Amino acid sequence: MNNNSFISGLKAGISIAIGYFPVALTFGLLAKTTGLSIWEATAMSIFVYAGAAQYMSLTLIAKGVDPILIVLNTFVVNIRHFLMTAALNEKMQSEKRWIKGIYAFGITDESFSVLATQKESKIATPFAFGVALIAYSSWVVFTAVGHVIGANLPAFLQAAMSIALYAMFVGLLVPSMRGNRKVVMLALVAAVINGFFYWTGLLSTGWSILVATLASSIFIEIIYAKHEKNLPKGA
Amino acid sequence: MGTWYWWTLLGMALATYIPRAFPLTFLEGKELPPVVSGVLRNIPYAVLGALIFPAILYVQQDHLLFGLIGTVVAFSLAFLFSNVMVVVLGTIGVLAVYSLIF
Repeated sequence: MNNNSFISGLKAGISIAIGYFPVALTFGLLAKTTGLSIWEATAMSIFVYAGAAQYMSLTLIAKGVDPILIVLNTFVVNIRHFLMTAALNEKMQSEKRWIKGIYAFGITDESFSVLATQKESKIATPFAFGVALIAYSSWVVFTAVGHVIGANLPAFLQAAMSIALYAMFVGLLVPSMRGNRKVVMLALVAAVINGFFYWTGLLSTGWSILVATLASSIFIEIIYAKHEKNLPKGA
Repeated sequence: MGTWYWWTLLGMALATYIPRAFPLTFLEGKELPPVVSGVLRNIPYAVLGALIFPAILYVQQDHLLFGLIGTVVAFSLAFLFSNVMVVVLGTIGVLAVYSLIF
């Protein structure tokens, strides 16, 4: 294994680990109040590892919803990852399928964003393992910690840290936007469409992100294809 | 929780793992048509736009000003430093001070 790119992966994943800390802590706490034992709560973070879906499952468990519906809901919330991992595949170093199957488990909105915005044209497998491992460790460990201490961070810190993952997304997006109008348009159009679905309430969050992303990516691709055709040769 | 919990967990684990693993393993070594790979290359930036907005405004539910300050600080720091860690810690720092004062 290439140690250097593994370590760089760990480093690139630190901001995810920081962002997961308050979210996982609160999940552990909520799981406890929902009646899950520490092992049940931590096992969910170990085996499922999906923030939004785990939070929703707590609400559904508390309401006594049919387990089949909980599983279906999880699938719906995570369907957007089909799109993300298909996109990521274009950027990943060619690798044995079973190895890709291992780090695939660690692909979340956050680790995808970190990986997909790397400047290198191809990402080394150990780098992906590094990013995935540090993010996953933070999620699992702080779920357990949240359950054990059964309390949240001081309110001001909890509030301030709720911005962490979004600040990270901004920090990943903006440098790519510099001098690249296509990137600006892609993000802007997706944001507007997602905002439309959010405020009209037409789609739930998972679907909304999926549709907004796909629509923006296709729309901008068509515009740029036309634009390039109209340019004089060599321009 | 009873045995049903562990079966639910298994179902949730599969429902999460399949969308993550299927494209990465199935598409390995496959050459996609240029149009498709063009669209796929756009996905990361579109996803970021959709992940950020409008959720960033609602990190403290209806306390819109909080989210708005966070948005402005995060974008300003990102334009100035283009270092993710500076953006994350700086935004947390500013909002921590803001929550302490107000």
